[in-house]
Amino acid sequence: MSQEAIPQLAAYNDAALDAAFAALSQELDASAQSLTSAEAVESFRLHWLGRKQGRLKAISEAWLKSAPVEAKKQIGQRFNQLKAEIEQRLESASTGTGSGALDAEAIDITLPGTRRALGAEHPLIKTMHEMVAVFQRMGYSVGVGPEVETDYYNFESLNFPPGHPARDTQDTLVVANQERKPLRDRLLMRTHTSPVQIRTMEQQPPPVRIVIPGKVHRNDAADATHSPIFHQIEGLCVDTNITFSDLKGTLDHAMKEFFGSNVKTRFFPSFFPFTEPSADVQISCPFCGGKGCRKCKHSGWIELLGCGMVNPAVFGFVQQKQPAYDPKKISGFAFGMGVDRIAMMKYGVSDIGQFYSGDTRFLEQFA
Amino acid sequence: MKILTQWLREYVPGISVSDKELADDLTLRGIAVEGVFDLGSHGSLFDMDITTNRVDAMNHYGIAREAATIYGLQLQPLETALPAGRPGHIYPVSIEEPALCGRFTARVLRGVTIQPSSGGVAERFRLLEQKLISNAVDATNYVTLAMGHPTHAFDLDRLEGGIILRRARKGEKLRTLDGIERTLDTEDLVVADERQALALAGVMGGWDSRVTEETKNILVEAAWFDPVSIRRSSKRHLIHTDASHRFERGADFNALPVASALVSRLILQAGGHQEGEMVDVVIPEAAARTAHRSSIAFSVGEARRILGATEDPAGITAGAAETILTGLGCTLQKQVQSDEAYQVTLPSWRLDLAGEIDLIEEIARVYGYNRFRNTLPAFAGGVVELPWAAREAVLRRTLLALGLSEAVSSTFVAAGDAAAFAPQPGSFVPLGNPLSEEAGVLRPSLAPGMLTMLTLNLNRDVENAALFEIGTVFGGSTDRVEERPALAFGITGSTGAHGPHQPAQPVSFYDLKGVVEELLAKFASKLVYFDRFPGESGLMPAWLHPGRSARAVVDGATMGYFGELHPDEARRRKLKQTIFVGEIYLDRLYRQGLRHPMARELSRFQPVRRDFSFIFPESVPYARIEHAIAALGIPELRSFAPREVLRDPQGKLVPVGHYSLLLGAVLQSAEGTMREEQLQETAQRIMTALHAAGGSLRG
Ligand SMILES: [Zn+2]
Repeated sequence: MSQEAIPQLAAYNDAALDAAFAALSQELDASAQSLTSAEAVESFRLHWLGRKQGRLKAISEAWLKSAPVEAKKQIGQRFNQLKAEIEQRLESASTGTGSGALDAEAIDITLPGTRRALGAEHPLIKTMHEMVAVFQRMGYSVGVGPEVETDYYNFESLNFPPGHPARDTQDTLVVANQERKPLRDRLLMRTHTSPVQIRTMEQQPPPVRIVIPGKVHRNDAADATHSPIFHQIEGLCVDTNITFSDLKGTLDHAMKEFFGSNVKTRFFPSFFPFTEPSADVQISCPFCGGKGCRKCKHSGWIELLGCGMVNPAVFGFVQQKQPAYDPKKISGFAFGMGVDRIAMMKYGVSDIGQFYSGDTRFLEQFA
Repeated sequence: MKILTQWLREYVPGISVSDKELADDLTLRGIAVEGVFDLGSHGSLFDMDITTNRVDAMNHYGIAREAATIYGLQLQPLETALPAGRPGHIYPVSIEEPALCGRFTARVLRGVTIQPSSGGVAERFRLLEQKLISNAVDATNYVTLAMGHPTHAFDLDRLEGGIILRRARKGEKLRTLDGIERTLDTEDLVVADERQALALAGVMGGWDSRVTEETKNILVEAAWFDPVSIRRSSKRHLIHTDASHRFERGADFNALPVASALVSRLILQAGGHQEGEMVDVVIPEAAARTAHRSSIAFSVGEARRILGATEDPAGITAGAAETILTGLGCTLQKQVQSDEAYQVTLPSWRLDLAGEIDLIEEIARVYGYNRFRNTLPAFAGGVVELPWAAREAVLRRTLLALGLSEAVSSTFVAAGDAAAFAPQPGSFVPLGNPLSEEAGVLRPSLAPGMLTMLTLNLNRDVENAALFEIGTVFGGSTDRVEERPALAFGITGSTGAHGPHQPAQPVSFYDLKGVVEELLAKFASKLVYFDRFPGESGLMPAWLHPGRSARAVVDGATMGYFGELHPDEARRRKLKQTIFVGEIYLDRLYRQGLRHPMARELSRFQPVRRDFSFIFPESVPYARIEHAIAALGIPELRSFAPREVLRDPQGKLVPVGHYSLLLGAVLQSAEGTMREEQLQETAQRIMTALHAAGGSLRG
C-alpha cells in the first residue's frame, strides 16, 4: 500500500466532517477488501494503525492540529470510532476461517519434535518380569538364591549323585581352589535356578508356592543360541494332594496367560534327576497359530519348559532340615524355563549374545 | 542315535501302524524320535534322542520293547542258538577287582575267517551310515546296535595265559585301538593277560590284541563293569566311546550270555567253531545290586495320589498298571491285603527303576501324559514379595524415565579389572575353569562391565550412550563368597532433549550427579550429601578422576561413588571420549525405606523472588553456602538455589581464583503476604550470611 496523501478538511462543521469521515470509511472498506492472508492483515494493520507511519495517526494529527478547539472533541470521537472500526476488521480477519493474523505466527510443524528419550527396558528383564507376574497372579511368591552355589544345593540335593552322567549335561563353571573341600561344599556357579527350590523348602514347611527368576551360568562356548550366561524361571508348588494333572493345568493356564488364550500345551516324558515323572512341555506356536513358521521350525509347536513331580528323593534331602516334607504325605511339582529363548522368540532376536552386549543400537529398539 | 524301523518290526512283527505314527507314539512315551527319514523299501530311519537315564532304550531291541508295550504286542525273543562247539578246556578268567567288574564272560572261537561283512549286517550298516571294518569287529558293533550290550573280540593268539581283571599298575602303558599310547592310572580297570594290559575295560580295546586280517582264533568278551569306574576312566583319558557311554549308564547284568552268543553266531557265519563252553565269572554282590534287586512295593492308589485326574473317568486302573509294568519286563505279585498293592520285581535292564515313584512314572509315561486332565490346585496362602522388590522397581522406573537404558553384562571380568575395581582391595573370587582369561574372575564391581559396554558402543560409532545395570557383585574369597546387589550407570556423549530446536548438551559430571540425586530422592533418607571422602581402600576409587568424582552419603553410610572416568583408565581402554560412570551399593541403599509422599498445605499468599549476585573465592564450595543459608532457619524461605555460575579465566568479569554465583531465593509465608520491611530484613540476613561465608556482593 503506497503512502497516500493526507486529505484536506474543508470545514469543521458536522456536514463537512460527515463527508470527510465517510470518505475515510470508504477508503477503509477498499483497503480491507483482500484481508485473506496473514501478510495482508499485517500490512493492513501497519497501513492504518502503524505507530510511526500509520494513516490514522497521520490524518488525525493533521486534522486535529488545525482544528478549532470546540471541534477537537468531536473529531477525536469520530477518530476513535474509526479506530474501533479498523480494529474490528482486523479482529474479524484474524478469527475468520483459515486466515488471519495468527497465520503470521505459523511454524513448520513438520520439523521433528524435541524428544526426551526414555530409557529402554531390557527385553530379557521385561520378559522375566512378565512371566513372574503371571505366576504371582496364580498365588506364587517370588524367591531368589545365590548365584554361587555349593555342589550340594546345585547337584546332590537335587538327586544328581556324585559321578552321575546327568551332571554332564550341565557343564559347570567352578570357583577356584575348591579341591581341598569335601565335594558337597565345593563352590560353583549355579547351573540352574533349581537350588532355590531346596533352599526355600529348608526354610519353610509346606505349603509352598514359589517362582524363582534368576541368572545362571554354564561352561558353554558362546554361539547364536548359547551363552555361558542366561536366565531361568523356576517354579515350585508343594502341598498335600498336588498331582501331575495339577502341574499340567498350572502350566497350561500360565502359558495361556503369557502367550494368549489360544495357545495349547502338550506334555512329553523327559528326564530330570529332581523330578519324577518328568516332562517336556511344548506350546502350540503362538506366532503362526500352529500352522508352521520359522520360529516353530514349521512344526507348529515350540518346546518351552521342563517340569515334573518333585522326586521323593529330593524331599528326602529336604527332610534333613524340614521333616514336614514327608513324601508319603505331601507331593509337589516343579518347572523351569529359559527366559532368553522366550525373549528371543518374542522380540525376534537372532543372537542371544546381544542381550549381554550393552549395545545401545540393540537396546534402544525396545524403548 | 539312528534306528531302522525295518529292524524294529523284525522284533515286533505285529506293529500295524505306519513308521510316522510309530514315531509319534514313541515320542509321546518319552522315546523321542526327532526325525523320520524315508529309506524306500527299507522302511524309515529314525533319528532318536534317548534321555540319559534310558540306556536300555539305546538300541533296537529296547525300542522294540517300548513299541510292544505301547501296542500290547509280543516281543520276539532273540535268536541265540549256536552251532555245536568242540570240547576244550576252560579259558582262565580271574576277577581281581570284584568291585569294578561284576561279571565277565569269555568264549573261544577257533578257525575263524576274517573278511569284510556281507549280507544283512553290511546292508544295515550302510543304511545307518556305520563304518564297516571286518566281520568280527562289525559283529560286536552290530550286537550293540541290536540289543545294546557292548562286547569285544580279542585275537586269542596275542593273549598269554588267561584273562585278569585288575587295576592298572603305576605308569603302565597301553596302546589303545585309536593307536594312541596311553599311560594308565592305578584307578583304571584293565582287561589284562599275564603279561600286560590288553584293554581299558569298558572304554576301549588295545591295539596289540586287536583282530586283524591274520587273526585265526578269537576270544569274545562280554562283561559288566561298575558304571562309576568306567565314567572315571573315560573322563580321565578323555575317551568317550559308545561302550563307555553305555557302561557308565548301567548295563544289563543278565545280557552278557545273550550278547556273547549273538556276536559268536555272526562271526561263525564265515567259518570256525566254538571251543569249550563260555566261561562266566559272576560276582554275587554285583548280581544282587543289579539283576537280583529286591522287589519293591507298589500300589495303584499311590499312583493316583501322585498323578491325579485323567480325561477317562475310569482313571488309572489296576489292570492298566499291570499291563504296562508287565510289558516293560516287571514281574508283579499281588499283595494279600489289597487288590491294588503289589510286590514288583524289576527287570535287570532297567537299573533306572529303583522305587515306587519310578513305576508310577512308567505308568504315566506309557498311559500317555496328555490323557491326564488339566486341573488347578487349591491354595490358601498369601503372596510374598521380595523385601526389596518395590525399591528395585522404583530404581528401575526412575532410571528408565531419566533416559538410561537397562543393560545386562557378563558376570565375569579379567583379573586386572577385578583388582582395580574391587571395593575392598583383594576381595574377589577367581574361577577354577574360566571360559577365557578376560572372564577369569567373578565381578567384584559392575563398573568394569559398564565400561566394557560403553567402550563397545563407542567402538561401533555410537556416540551417545546412557546405560544402567542392576546385578550381583561378588566379594570375599574362594572359601567364602559374598554376594551383594549393585547398581551401575554410565553416560557418555550428549544428553537430554536435543534436535534442530535446541543444541545437544555434552554430558558432564552434573548429569550423573543429577541421576544419583533423583535416585536418592526416592528414599526416605534424612541426610544426603556428596563429598570426596576416601573409601574402604583408603582412597577414592582409583578408576575415577580424583577432581571430578564424588562419594554419595546417605544417613552417614557410603552409598557409592561416581564421576568422570580417570584419564589413565580411559587411555588404557583407548576411549575416544569422556565417560561418566558410577556404582551404588544396593545392599546399603535397600536398608533405606522408600519415601512416602505426604501432601502439605499450599500457601495462598504471593511468593516473592529475590536474586543475590555474589563473588566467592574458589576455596568456598557451594555446600558451605547452602549450609550457611540453611542454618539461618528462615521459615519463609521456600527455596534457595544457585541459578548461574560464572568463571572468567581472563579475570575480566570475575577475578581469577573466584567465581560469581547468582542465587535465587523464593520467599513465601503461610500466614500472610510478606510486608516490604519483612522482606528487606530477610534479604539482609541472607546477604550477611553470604558475606560471612566468604562472599562479596558483585558490583
Ligand atoms: Zn510357528
